[in-house]
Amino acid sequence: MRERKNNELRKIEMKVQVIPNADGSAYVSFGNTKVIAAVFGPRELPKFLQEDKKATIRVRYNMAAFSTDTRKNPGPDRRSIEISKVLKDAIENSIFVEDYPRSTIDCYAEVISSDGSTRVTALNALSLSLAMAGISMKDLIVACTAGKYNGELIVDLDQEEDNNGEADVSIGILPNKNEVVLLQMDGLLSKDEFLKLVEMLKDSCKKIYEEQVKAIKNYFENV
Amino acid sequence: MSKTFRRIDGRDFLSFRKIEVEKNIIPKAEGSARVKFGNTDVIAGVKVELSSPFPDNPKEGILIVNAEFAPIAHERFEPGPPNENAIELARVVDRVIRSSEALDLEKLFIEENKVYGIFVDIHIINHDGNLLDASTLASVIALHCTKIPKYEDGKLIRNEFIGELKLEHIPTLVTIGKIDENYIIDLNLFEEEIIKNKIAIGTREDKKICTIQKLSGTFKLEEIEKLIDLAIEKGEELRKFVK
Amino acid sequence: MQLKGKIVLPGEKIEIKDKRFTYEENGNIYSKVIALIEEKENKKKIVPLNGRYIPKVGDKVVGIVKEIESSGWFVDINTYNLAFLPLGEALQEFIDIFRTDISKYFNIGDIILAKVINVIKNKIIHLSLKEKGLRKLNQGFIIKVSPYKVPRIIGKKSSMLNLIKQKTNCEIIVGQNGYIWIKGENIGKVIEVIKTIERYSYVSGLTEKIQKML
Repeated sequence: MRERKNNELRKIEMKVQVIPNADGSAYVSFGNTKVIAAVFGPRELPKFLQEDKKATIRVRYNMAAFSTDTRKNPGPDRRSIEISKVLKDAIENSIFVEDYPRSTIDCYAEVISSDGSTRVTALNALSLSLAMAGISMKDLIVACTAGKYNGELIVDLDQEEDNNGEADVSIGILPNKNEVVLLQMDGLLSKDEFLKLVEMLKDSCKKIYEEQVKAIKNYFENV
Repeated sequence: MSKTFRRIDGRDFLSFRKIEVEKNIIPKAEGSARVKFGNTDVIAGVKVELSSPFPDNPKEGILIVNAEFAPIAHERFEPGPPNENAIELARVVDRVIRSSEALDLEKLFIEENKVYGIFVDIHIINHDGNLLDASTLASVIALHCTKIPKYEDGKLIRNEFIGELKLEHIPTLVTIGKIDENYIIDLNLFEEEIIKNKIAIGTREDKKICTIQKLSGTFKLEEIEKLIDLAIEKGEELRKFVK
Repeated sequence: MQLKGKIVLPGEKIEIKDKRFTYEENGNIYSKVIALIEEKENKKKIVPLNGRYIPKVGDKVVGIVKEIESSGWFVDINTYNLAFLPLGEALQEFIDIFRTDISKYFNIGDIILAKVINVIKNKIIHLSLKEKGLRKLNQGFIIKVSPYKVPRIIGKKSSMLNLIKQKTNCEIIVGQNGYIWIKGENIGKVIEVIKTIERYSYVSGLTEKIQKML
């Protein structure tokens, strides 16, 4: 049984420009899930990879070996490759790729501690990193998880709830446009249960958006 | 993009291409199926092997799904290990089978440290779009006709079978594309390239949702209900091919 | 500690229209980037926090030679693609391009001060050295700042830049593209000061703070 309320998020920390070498970067944590993200670009790309009318987005989601209970072998595994692909798709649909023809934007997310909902935490961190790098975006990207655990509909799944629940949903949205840029679901849900989770996620995403705004404004105001 | 999108092959937006199914076409596989959606041609083969269980589930059999985008299938497929598209396809098919609880993995337990391993390998023979729906259907049909080899004295006896792999549920996956406010299903290769918004939704015979994977583009939050209804309806049409 | 204006975020509605940093949808204007809305003499301006340099004809830029071709050099000027310095715009003398090793003029890694003479849809950018003062910059050190901070670093009528040069006794050339070339004994101090200006450029009272640092 979880200690939080069903619609309660874990403690959230967000800090931007944590990596001086990157054009944009951010640290985001939801409880014990901690991710550092960095964005480099737009910059020139080898000619054979260039797309004539828009930027090429490259994303690498990676879990550090020490981030999980059992040590994870370093390097990309099939799960990381799939996650990198869905994150790339989310980012491509959130930024104005046509503003940067023939260039590349490299996005990296390192999970340094994993306790469920790592890909949405990474997406929140990448949203901040892209914005801080000055890359043209339609909106900030806000992401969260929800699911069913022991029959209860809940948001912000930790590892136990993710692994042993009846269903889990990951969503990424552009909050001011109500557009979904990332959506994955696993498990078993009736249509009504799924739609109820979407409503709960809308509320959670509002709160997470406020956190992103706060993190950006803190950078300007706390000097 | 024109407001009057029309399909080159003249199909309705919500019609599948001609679907052909052949079962048990691979003699040495314990289960197999070849599925065609129009010119898209996919073979799923199931091999049953003697395996060790995963440490966190010692009393369950294992299920592994892999996909090969063989270079024969399309001029742009390169030889080599699976790329991100092949990996995504395999993982989505795996989730459809697993989340729908189509297989009761506990029934695959033999004895301590020995379980049946169900290996589903998907080979794309010709790529003309909608690999996901075709691969899922081929995998489910192949599993449905899979026979379990007899286990004796620490090994599997290939030509003796103790029964069929029973599917507890029949999941299907439907990929829906959206262009100019129209929903389109069973996209061929050309349509996949011009239709930017695509989402795949897997459902069971009891209308429960077991998998959702947005593949590209964007959708409005308010559209999700309509997409689910469409996936349930079209998924039922595909289910008829699993007998 | 006062901010000199209001901060806007990507996706937020805004009243100013600027093709580079805003977009229109459903009759509303939205910001594409994190920016400060500065008000000067009753005119509002959108100043992005960060981003690559957007090349403009006439700008003086500091660049780093990256590639040598038979007809010129590709130069990194802190934008999305490499800029091109054609042979004819770099050299005074007439040379036989097929029999000359042009790397003896500019080699990979060399730093130049050049002028942007042509921009074709942000893809092809042409540079020229044909103006007084444009040249190869020897020795020295390059740092990168956000191009949007360059006006603040230079200051009104170069007041800030001259102050820094005077107090540190260093040669400093600030490219409009955000690359800054520094040469002298006190490079460390110059970098510290410039980075401070970059970080606090939207805060009032910066000039005093800098004067104290020097």
